[in-house]
Amino acid sequence: MAGSLQLEINGKKYFVSYPPDTRLLYVLRDELGFTGTKYGCGEGMCGACTVLVGGTARRSCQIPVSAAASKPITTIEGLETNGALHPVQQAFLDAGAFQCAYCTSGMIMSSVSLLQSNPHPTREQIVQAMQGNICRCGAYPRIIEAVEKASGQLQGGAK
Amino acid sequence: MKPEPQWLELEPERYEFRALPMHQFALGRRDFFKILGAGLVVFVAVKSVAAQETAPGPRGFHPEELPKEIGAWLHIGEDGKVTGFVGKAEIGQNARTSLAQTIADELSVPFDSVQMVMADTALTPFDAGTFGSRTTPTMTPQLRKMAAAARNLMAERAAKQWNVPVEKLVARDGKVTNTVDGKLLPYAELVREEGFGKQTPAVKISVKPASVWTIAGQPVPKVNARNFVTGRHRYSTDLRPDGMLYGKVLRPPSFGATLVSYDDSAAKGLSDVVIVRDGDFIGAAAPTIAAAEAALAKIHAQWKEVPQISDKEIFSYLKNSAQPSKEERFHQAKGSVADGMAAAAHKLEAAYTVAYIAHAPMEPRAAVAQWNGNRLTVWMGTQRPFAVRDDLADIFHVPEKDVRVIVPDTGSAYGGKHTSDAGLEAARLARAISGRAVKLVWTRQEEFTWAYFRPAGVIEVNSGIGADGKLTAWEFHNYHSGMSAIETPYDVANFITQYHQVPLVLRSGSYRGLAATANHFARETHMDSLAQAAGMDPLRFRLVNLTDSRMKAVLEAGAKAFGWPRQRSEEGQGFGLAAGYEKGSYVATFAEILVDSKRKIRVKKLAEAFECGAIVNPDGLRNQVVGAMIQGLGGALFEAIQFQDGRITNDHFASYRVPRFRDVPEIETILLDRKDIPSAGAGETPIMAVAPAIGNAYFNATGVRLTTLPLLPSAS
Repeated sequence: MAGSLQLEINGKKYFVSYPPDTRLLYVLRDELGFTGTKYGCGEGMCGACTVLVGGTARRSCQIPVSAAASKPITTIEGLETNGALHPVQQAFLDAGAFQCAYCTSGMIMSSVSLLQSNPHPTREQIVQAMQGNICRCGAYPRIIEAVEKASGQLQGGAK
Repeated sequence: MKPEPQWLELEPERYEFRALPMHQFALGRRDFFKILGAGLVVFVAVKSVAAQETAPGPRGFHPEELPKEIGAWLHIGEDGKVTGFVGKAEIGQNARTSLAQTIADELSVPFDSVQMVMADTALTPFDAGTFGSRTTPTMTPQLRKMAAAARNLMAERAAKQWNVPVEKLVARDGKVTNTVDGKLLPYAELVREEGFGKQTPAVKISVKPASVWTIAGQPVPKVNARNFVTGRHRYSTDLRPDGMLYGKVLRPPSFGATLVSYDDSAAKGLSDVVIVRDGDFIGAAAPTIAAAEAALAKIHAQWKEVPQISDKEIFSYLKNSAQPSKEERFHQAKGSVADGMAAAAHKLEAAYTVAYIAHAPMEPRAAVAQWNGNRLTVWMGTQRPFAVRDDLADIFHVPEKDVRVIVPDTGSAYGGKHTSDAGLEAARLARAISGRAVKLVWTRQEEFTWAYFRPAGVIEVNSGIGADGKLTAWEFHNYHSGMSAIETPYDVANFITQYHQVPLVLRSGSYRGLAATANHFARETHMDSLAQAAGMDPLRFRLVNLTDSRMKAVLEAGAKAFGWPRQRSEEGQGFGLAAGYEKGSYVATFAEILVDSKRKIRVKKLAEAFECGAIVNPDGLRNQVVGAMIQGLGGALFEAIQFQDGRITNDHFASYRVPRFRDVPEIETILLDRKDIPSAGAGETPIMAVAPAIGNAYFNATGVRLTTLPLLPSAS
């Protein structure tokens, strides 16, 4: 049955009442209005719904809301700080790494997760990490370029 | 009773396929008013589309008639802001940017001062649809004509005000300047006088040639790109008007199944759930998707299934069910193929097959529908907003003027979003709950099953060449898949091309490039075999058979970049090329592949030369070309819809493989900018030579000729 759950999303607390096995994606999008997180397949096969849960990329269409309740959640809406884009968002913007851009939120969240765990990925490591994200428009080369650009910026920031 | 066969509806002038609507509701007009009663007509807009509400004035246009007044296409505000109006939709092809560039360029105003209102049946001029690579060749000249007329008109007004000859004035950088005394008037002041928008351009109005473009021709970044990297942009699937319900449809178990019994008594007691049954349509609307699904799960529906053709027998079915037609639109011929064959030194006959494939746009087909009184508003990711409006008006028995279809910038389409299905379904459910919006988003499985497909096909080619390697005869038969690019671009005195209609098996319609990919696959593979027969290099063989200088130019530019002909440097390596033209643009694709010991293909490099006249936005164009090449890899290597007993058996991304990061080879694009040729569209043609280039590289590597798309279905 529906129980009350507390979620921490982009640094703010939300109370929701949902059956515990409800997938996080639907709570984010339909209940709380975080529509930057997209439905692409509902099967964890396309990456459009990727968010960070406890700092790691997770498919929000697969993770039950109850399992996400204990960890901080970051969605695409939570990446900006004081109106400034996250370096990965900026790199996607600079590289023009999208066409219809429906996959972009998921691509950016997967990239952020990758660069947090591996700030200087090789091209092969980028491909490996992003293999679960589909861009049907085929912007893949520019997405790789964007991750590499962001990696350089993050590298600079870390010095 | 045997159902009437359904045909691909071929629209002859552009060889555009049109899948017919999926639903015909029984709902009658009287019924409708009985349920709705009389109501106050209030237009409701959700916040995120409020920007489109700021457009000037009431903008009703007579359907199918392009308005001639400047004001229908262009509005110049007293604040200097310029708004362009087009019925085209932004689906990722970057038309919002390229059209704004065009207006800014012709009007001579800063790019940032131009915004586009697109694909809204209440605000924009009628448009048949965003397809056929027509946006650039039709809308670019149209908007230029309107902008040039506006520019001239403002100069005339300034001339009158200053009492000087108009020849002494220039309209540039958002103002009219007197070249004699340097006096200037901003556009914003010149449009204040009444009646500006009602003017029509002169029949012969001159617009800026590409050689003097300043804003067009530049790599301007995508408009509103920041909204996409922040998740702020609202696609149709993201809209949430107050009080909105979520809709679900109970799908039949298989294609062609009909409802034989229906019992919703177990679902009737559910609170907050509305169940609608209309003929074979069964759907529910509820405050959550889960509640709508739960309600449908309680409905007992029994269906009568009908035998269906499976993927195992599709090609023999297509071949054997063809209806011969000598209709001119299906049949072209010149000279005598028999004479040409008799004169041939080498003859070659071969057959090729092409599987059904799916568009699989990342944003599924979806719509939000809301009735207010007898007025309907539908927000929907569609390529044909006006056709959707007409379908809605027709099916719900309301005047077209009472239906408004708005297309938020959409999560891609690739020819897949022509039909009105999701809009009809959402509107049918919303009709039962007047005043509340219903959102209906197809699941990925529904996408793979209930959308339509790029049609499968069989292509047979018979041909002959002389001892000099020149074509003497060419006979080309396409069964079912379509007519796009069916005619050979090569010189041949004796030819027959024939399209054979076959009754529909799976629901079929447009797909990026239509049948141009299938026809190029067959033709360019066959040309490669003929080059082999003639003992000639495949590039030289093509050039020998060509007089079309634009096609020669892309072949030569591609060959130069790729380094054709190349020597094998490792085992399993192969090189191939293919070329062609369609929809006013030319392409040549060169492939380097590696074939491993299991005969699996690894594409190492693709180089593609592309020419579509004067380039409007080189960055957007490159994005389109690269994207098309990558999408083309899927149909070339592994995409194929599998079906049995009226069911799609690979209806998930787990079983229907699309190109992913690891599939992407090194890619080089060579864009030829022909400023002397009007701009053509570029969304489709860059896809069509990828598959034959890879197939020809496979032959080069292994000596084995592949004649099916996908090339190696079992190896994926």
